[in-house]
Amino acid sequence: MTSRIDTTGVRMGMWFFLYSEIILFGGLFVLYAVYFHNHSHYFAEGGKELNRIIGSLNTVVLLVSSFTVAASITAIQREKKGQAVGLLLFSLLCGFVFLVNKYFEWGTKIHHDIYPNSATLQDGAPGLNIFFGLYYVITGLHGLHVIIGMILLTISLVLILRGRITASRFAMLENSGLYWHLVDLIWIFVFPLFYLVL
Amino acid sequence: MKTTEQTHILSYGKLALVLVLLLMLTGMTVAVSYVHMGFWNVPVALTIASLKASLVLLFFMHLKYEGPVIRYSFLSTVFFLAIMIGFTFWDVAFR
Repeated sequence: MTSRIDTTGVRMGMWFFLYSEIILFGGLFVLYAVYFHNHSHYFAEGGKELNRIIGSLNTVVLLVSSFTVAASITAIQREKKGQAVGLLLFSLLCGFVFLVNKYFEWGTKIHHDIYPNSATLQDGAPGLNIFFGLYYVITGLHGLHVIIGMILLTISLVLILRGRITASRFAMLENSGLYWHLVDLIWIFVFPLFYLVL
Repeated sequence: MKTTEQTHILSYGKLALVLVLLLMLTGMTVAVSYVHMGFWNVPVALTIASLKASLVLLFFMHLKYEGPVIRYSFLSTVFFLAIMIGFTFWDVAFR
């Protein structure tokens, strides 16, 4: 008797989980939309405080890492284990670079007394306070997703090295990849909304 | 009986082409943000972001090659998201 692996079913489960993630971030974007409508002037002012160069750099880093994760699945399907491992290592490096950039970005903001409940924001305009509140919540939750994504990719990497993920059975890598792409998807919307508002 | 299902393999070249398009759209959205178009800045930025999201979903996430269950369940998620954002916004905008 052969046991049949329902790979579509495995992927479906992951997608259903991703839908809940989309709605989670969607709720935060609703908050953004409403407050942007009410305080558009202060949102533009707050957006100018953010570093466009770091923002653009992080966008490129995440897009490239998404490409290498997608390519690692192609590599495993073609039974090129070495290439898959290399591509995943590079993706993890990209995730790490993203987090380091985020650390410096948040660090600079906090240094300039811009953080939740800071004196500058408390005594300043409510619109700015709301903008940076949303900035910290959304980029913070997104950063947490980057960390979780990196953990999932690391597990996949170890399973490839141990020969548990192969050309005929790679659902774990595929689902970790889907999660990583979701992180990328959310950033695609975060970037213009926070860094490029006028 | 088949023990595995047919899977679609995307070539490195095709994936790299998608990456190049994504990077070009990123450059475009940064460039466009310096042009003052008043009301139109936000819709233009969101349109480019949606284009990028579609590329990631269709190719990196293999949505183009998925069966109807995943395809339509994804579209209904987008539909509900649109209701959530759209209806809330109408309420706020026209109150």
